[in-house]
Amino acid sequence: MVIFLYDKTFDGLLTAVYEAYFRKSFPDVLLAQGAPLPLFYDELVTIYTDDEKVDRVWKGLQKRISESALSCLAVCWLSELPEVDILLFRYIRKAFDSPKSIELNFGDTDILEVSKIWKKVNQEKHRVIEFVRFQKAEDGTFFAAMEPMYNVLPLVTSHFKDRFADQKWLLYDLKREYGYYYDLTEVSEVRFDNKDSHLLSGILNDNLMAEDEKIFQRLWKEYFKAITIRERINPRLHRQHMPVRFWKYLTEKQN
Amino acid sequence: MRYIIAVSFQLNYMDDNVLEKLKILAESAKYDVSCSSSGTTRSNQKNGIGNAAGWGICHSFAEDGRCISLLKIMLTNYCIYDCAYCINRRSNDLKRATFSVSELVNLTIEFYRRNYIEGLFLSSGVVRNPDYTMERLVRVAKDLRLVHRFNGYIHLKSIPGASRELVNEAGLYADRLSVNIEIPNEKSLQLLAPEKDFQSVFKPMSYIQQGVLQSAEERKKYRYAPRFAPAGQSTQMIVGASAENDKDILRLSSSLYQRPSMKRVYYSGYIPVNTYDNRLPALKQPPLVRENRLYQADWLLRFYEFKVDEIVNDAFPDLDLEIDPKLSWALRHPEAFPVDINKADYEMLLRIPGIGVKSAKLIIVSRRYGHLGASQLKKIGVVMKKAQYFITCHELPVRTVNELTPEVVRSVLTRKPGKVSDDRQLVLQFQE
Repeated sequence: MVIFLYDKTFDGLLTAVYEAYFRKSFPDVLLAQGAPLPLFYDELVTIYTDDEKVDRVWKGLQKRISESALSCLAVCWLSELPEVDILLFRYIRKAFDSPKSIELNFGDTDILEVSKIWKKVNQEKHRVIEFVRFQKAEDGTFFAAMEPMYNVLPLVTSHFKDRFADQKWLLYDLKREYGYYYDLTEVSEVRFDNKDSHLLSGILNDNLMAEDEKIFQRLWKEYFKAITIRERINPRLHRQHMPVRFWKYLTEKQN
Repeated sequence: MRYIIAVSFQLNYMDDNVLEKLKILAESAKYDVSCSSSGTTRSNQKNGIGNAAGWGICHSFAEDGRCISLLKIMLTNYCIYDCAYCINRRSNDLKRATFSVSELVNLTIEFYRRNYIEGLFLSSGVVRNPDYTMERLVRVAKDLRLVHRFNGYIHLKSIPGASRELVNEAGLYADRLSVNIEIPNEKSLQLLAPEKDFQSVFKPMSYIQQGVLQSAEERKKYRYAPRFAPAGQSTQMIVGASAENDKDILRLSSSLYQRPSMKRVYYSGYIPVNTYDNRLPALKQPPLVRENRLYQADWLLRFYEFKVDEIVNDAFPDLDLEIDPKLSWALRHPEAFPVDINKADYEMLLRIPGIGVKSAKLIIVSRRYGHLGASQLKKIGVVMKKAQYFITCHELPVRTVNELTPEVVRSVLTRKPGKVSDDRQLVLQFQE
């Protein structure tokens, strides 16, 4: 068994691809540096991320697969699934080794799997776009927090930047403890050292809220109740479309 | 200080007032099915708020499982008409309210800023006359677009009987316009809504269509010619309030879909809102299964290249409630099967029960690389439980619908889980 140790970044993965072709030995397992090693293995290689090598692999890939397949790889990386690195490694290897484009061969397990992960991450992205609820703070900033299953915040910022171009907003990932702030001109990544209570709970404190925020929350809750047709109540369908894990931060689902 | 108290008092009073109106007018609007926000792609303009994503975005789901994409609301629920199937009919004793244009515009913008909604779906009861009502609807849309530079989605209901000028103006501000047919047969419509006729419905529909076509023509010449209702029009039919069968309903839908601007026909299972009116059937429950089957048939018309007569015809005027319309077609046409997955064209793949648009497309692109087998089909997303009786792919045992007979396949597929049947026991199929 061949093991590659790398730094768990996407660039590290691409460097690993370069090294594998350079050494003509391909890993069976990719592990993070410092992770516990299995008892038996044949070869252990430590990968040092190198921008030049990353660049070469990426340019090579650009010649082999389409723009959308490339973005698909990057999106899959954001899933942060434990086995996604070796899966992407195999995909990239297949792309390099095959004489013709492999990206539409869904009869191949790896290619189908990549497309399935892409679909899952993409769905999570859409759910964030759907279920994010902004609360207006005293200073006019709109604040929203969430715990998305995959690391999809980078995928949604352009949507919100276009949509809410005339309001300042902060979109925060409580699980990964970072967010994006839009200051009316551009979006930047933000991290906080001292966390106020709303960065832990996701809900703005009453004293930080804009004066009319409570009113609109109440109006929305009442609207949500009024629009339901009671003869057609269907809790299963309700949960299927709007999974319970989102309820915590949905205004209309809070009491 | 006193001034501040007075202002905040007024603020509070106004909010309670708005809250009450919001409740009443949402209750009145909720029976309209449409809530989609698809069909328009528009990015935000300078100093504006909002955009429209072509695929539509649901922002919440009510406890009945229906999507809440737009703020679905009525401008007023006062109405001069007395349609038997409508909750807002003149003779009903219910709370009535009317939003002012500014209240509604403000509400829409504030909800939108918090990502509660994708835009506005505005409808109204008819007050004074159709044109007066339509003009007020248009004013809300115009205010949102021009004063507030709102680029989100707007769906306006076109009031039956409204004049061409107002419909034309509405099309400039709205993404989608709709006129509801409600009752799929003119005679039944006259019975249930004596003040309406098909003319009053189909006229605005054709105004919208002409507007859409005209604008498309102009945009070919001038790139920046204004768009007219870019997301087209939709309509709705109530199912189960009158005697029409599924054949009547689907034939009407199919002919509507042949019009260039018609994007969606919605079906609304009749919910007995006016139980006292004996022109309406007494239903214990709304016909939800029938509604679901109609939507499935609608999908077959729009995405599966079926013709309406293949789904319902004089021999089979109603949809089978127990199985979906595609399976029902397949069981009536066993001679078309089995289909070879590795050879059949796209249209035929779509006709196999258990294969949808997505899996059919995946099959088409993947089989260029080699033969597909059953295990790969399953991974691709084909529902093999159904599909196995209708396909061959060189490796399945040949127990298709032809060997098993349609009746047996039907009974296997409709068997309720949990009920164990004994294979050694003879089962007799009785025709109803």
